[in-house]
Amino acid sequence: MAGLNLSAVSDDDDDNDQDDHPVLSAAAVAAAARSTLRPPSLQTLLEDMPDPAAVPHTSSSGGDSEEKSKSADKSSRSRKLKHDVIEAVNELIEDIDTCHEQIAEQAVEHIHHNEVILTLGSSRTVLEFLYAAKEKKRSFRVFVAEGAPRYQGHLLAKELVARGLQTTLITDSAVFAMISRVNMVIVGAHAVMANGGVIAPVGLNMVALAAQRHAVPFVVLAGSHKLCPLYPHNPEVLLNELRSPSELLDFGEFSDCMDFGSGSGSPLIHVVNPTFDYVPPKLVSLFITDTGGHNPSYMYRLIADYYSADDLVLQRKAAASN
Amino acid sequence: MEPRRPSRAVIDPKVRQVGFITPNAPPQQPVRTQSYPPESNSPPLSESPASNSLSPVMIPPPRHLSDNLTAYRTPAVPVPESSRRRAEPAAVACSYDPSESLFGTSSPAPSPLASSRLVVDGEFSEESWFKKSDSAKFASSFPGGGFDLTTVKNVGVAAAVAAKKPAAVSGNEKSKASGAESKNELPSGSGSKTSKVKMTKSERRSLQESQRAAKAGGNKSAGASSSRAAKQPQQKKDAAPAPPSVAASEKKGTDRPPEKERKKDVPAPRMQFDDKSRVEKAKKRAVVNQTEVRNRVELFRHLPQYEHGTQLPDLESKFFRNDPMHRAVYKVGLQYLAGDITGGNARCIAMLQAFSEAIRDYTTPAEKTLTRDLTAKIGSYVSFLIECRPLSISMGNAIRFLKNRIAKLPLTLSESEAKTSLCLDIDRFINEKIILADRVIVRHASTKIRDGDVLLTYGSSCVVEMLLSHALELGKKFHVVIVDSRPKLEGQSLLRRLVANGLNCTYTHLNAVSYIMHEVTRVFLGASSILSNGTVYSRVGTAAVAMVANAFSVPVLICCEAYKFHERVQLDSICFNELGDPQAVAKVSGRGDVNYLGSLGNKDNLQLLNLMYDATPSEYISMIVTDYGMIPPTSVPVIVREYCRDQLWI
Repeated sequence: MAGLNLSAVSDDDDDNDQDDHPVLSAAAVAAAARSTLRPPSLQTLLEDMPDPAAVPHTSSSGGDSEEKSKSADKSSRSRKLKHDVIEAVNELIEDIDTCHEQIAEQAVEHIHHNEVILTLGSSRTVLEFLYAAKEKKRSFRVFVAEGAPRYQGHLLAKELVARGLQTTLITDSAVFAMISRVNMVIVGAHAVMANGGVIAPVGLNMVALAAQRHAVPFVVLAGSHKLCPLYPHNPEVLLNELRSPSELLDFGEFSDCMDFGSGSGSPLIHVVNPTFDYVPPKLVSLFITDTGGHNPSYMYRLIADYYSADDLVLQRKAAASN
Repeated sequence: MEPRRPSRAVIDPKVRQVGFITPNAPPQQPVRTQSYPPESNSPPLSESPASNSLSPVMIPPPRHLSDNLTAYRTPAVPVPESSRRRAEPAAVACSYDPSESLFGTSSPAPSPLASSRLVVDGEFSEESWFKKSDSAKFASSFPGGGFDLTTVKNVGVAAAVAAKKPAAVSGNEKSKASGAESKNELPSGSGSKTSKVKMTKSERRSLQESQRAAKAGGNKSAGASSSRAAKQPQQKKDAAPAPPSVAASEKKGTDRPPEKERKKDVPAPRMQFDDKSRVEKAKKRAVVNQTEVRNRVELFRHLPQYEHGTQLPDLESKFFRNDPMHRAVYKVGLQYLAGDITGGNARCIAMLQAFSEAIRDYTTPAEKTLTRDLTAKIGSYVSFLIECRPLSISMGNAIRFLKNRIAKLPLTLSESEAKTSLCLDIDRFINEKIILADRVIVRHASTKIRDGDVLLTYGSSCVVEMLLSHALELGKKFHVVIVDSRPKLEGQSLLRRLVANGLNCTYTHLNAVSYIMHEVTRVFLGASSILSNGTVYSRVGTAAVAMVANAFSVPVLICCEAYKFHERVQLDSICFNELGDPQAVAKVSGRGDVNYLGSLGNKDNLQLLNLMYDATPSEYISMIVTDYGMIPPTSVPVIVREYCRDQLWI
């Protein structure tokens, strides 16, 4: 676990806190115990940044060289802090880079012979996953839905064909028609919410509904860095981005229908082009992350591995002397 | 997360109101705005919310209609129809509508168009003013005009055409028939019915004669196809030993059901395209050159693969070889091939009008009976049309009707009388089963549209378009969401027409249907056909829309004429379908930046699949609006049995 080596700093801080507040509630004790086992939150680290006015004296400092030692402590602490943070970020980058391999290792357990896999749009994780299965000599076919309006499915189909997989490119409208002959749906995710829901490229909710209706497993591949501690409320609107209508309609062709000259408000044509879709957890059969396969109902536990409870809601520290 | 359905003030039908009720209590508007936060990603809402309380997040509130009409003058050239339609609000706008919207009484616009149409001479000027693929809908809206052109070419009497046009202005199809009769000065001589010899022998002889004649004419394939097609009505009589027996078991028609003489009611099996020997035989008989198709999807081996591209110039060059195909039929076939006419109703009407032309110009050869020879000819025409594009189910039903009418002609009629009777029958079919049926459907379905509704439709269905226009005329306030999908992008033309009418429209693509379904109150869809197990067979993607609507508890209404019902059953979209151009999937028109597959056309591993239809399970359908009323999907076989069998057509 990253960051355990930072516990020395946090323990000192906690001890100092405890020295100042000898009467402790049980909750504070439990919190302290938890924080020794888990990596410290960035919040606690940054909170305890040496502050000129309120820093508690360390027991080692003493005497008339207080000021000098204070500044020495400050610089060493800040240097250590920076070092630790940089190290943590580097580890995170490495996690993101290597998650594909760890997920792809599990491909052989899920893909067997003569299977038909359906996917929509393009995801590098899915590409590596399928390629790993092919490397292990599993023979299967892939239906790729093109994923309008970005048409990333074309890219994925090209990649798969280049790697030697039997691929069929279909339009998104044909997904319901074809899914009765599909064994498994494998997709990537943009983000995984705390309840196990998925923020995925647009169109995947429709695919998930079709898969549920035909009893086809809907498998989501997500690196653990995609896990988000938020619970989604109204995700289609709040956690979505709307893209340009020009991807759907050509402005030049439809200029006669755009009624901007009348000045009384909205035009007659309104074009909606969302980027993401929300797939509720009940439609997802399995999450495959770099730590293995999980049920949607389990995903909230994984949050604790990567997020400290303090960091979930960032609060501004009550400014004493800024 | 549960789909959000805001509480609506629906009056529970089971609740009886006792006591004094104020009859004018206004129904409460559905409160939809409460659940959504005021700040949203939607484009700026208008300052003053419109008269109804509907101001959803994703759909902008509608402006008052009067604003639209004054500010929105007739748009630029690409939308010529809209200006015409504006001039005649009473005319019902629909893509196939042959005479109503075009030759409206008050509109002066048709005459320049008509004169431009007369200019044709051996080139397809229709194609030139069917500007681009997305104006194919306009093309399909002029089948009536297209067939006036055919009469010009065939009869070569411009005066007759000019005389016909004012007749057509009144919008009555029957006038066409009477005009045709006046033109019909062909001798009826050889149409006299000889005494009725034994059926088997005469059939055989007519078959052999037609084969011989065809061989003498130098076109072996058409003769063979006509003989094969003629064989089909005589299947059960098992009387024709001379033609190869293989053809007897091989029926090339997709939906051509058995003739009335058949005892069994099971629809005939379709051509098995995965059987190599049969495919070879069919290829030999084909009029249209079938090119080998590469990279076909194995799952769809049983369907005719799409072969295109090289056929159009080939067929164009054959156009002026008069035999064996009548020119009107040839033209319609080419229009199907080029995709100029799309939509079940439009195709059916175009085909029937072409047949009507062909019948008018038909003369019975010597020593043949009208019924059999005409049936054989119609069969050959149908085979040709199938080669251009597989038949839709509505066309299949129409052909069955026509053949039945031919078979039921009383033998005492002279040839000209028989021909006019047939043409009248065809016109009556079109009128009653399609045009009037659409009006009835629109009237029924518009009772299901309330003020403040957000209606969703998919693709472009002419009945749904008529319905929306009609509801707009009735003064209802609603908003329309048009969902579109590749590769046909039919929704864009519908969008244009509806906006021209003054409707507020939201346009989106099929993937975003889950996003937009939160706001939708009703879904109206069209259908190519409805099968006897309640499955709706319609444009690919309809099933996805119906499924998502069902997941969000939105009612789905299908608007479909009863002549499109069929006794077949189907469980999924794979057993029977139509394959379109695979390259249309790889190439994204209108988006130059998307060309990822440019160089990959010939890779072996890559297959492209372009389905045209899909089957929507009946559990997603709330109600079907037909000209027989509003029925649940389970009542479709009842209608098929009571009204569509045994030719209780008229």
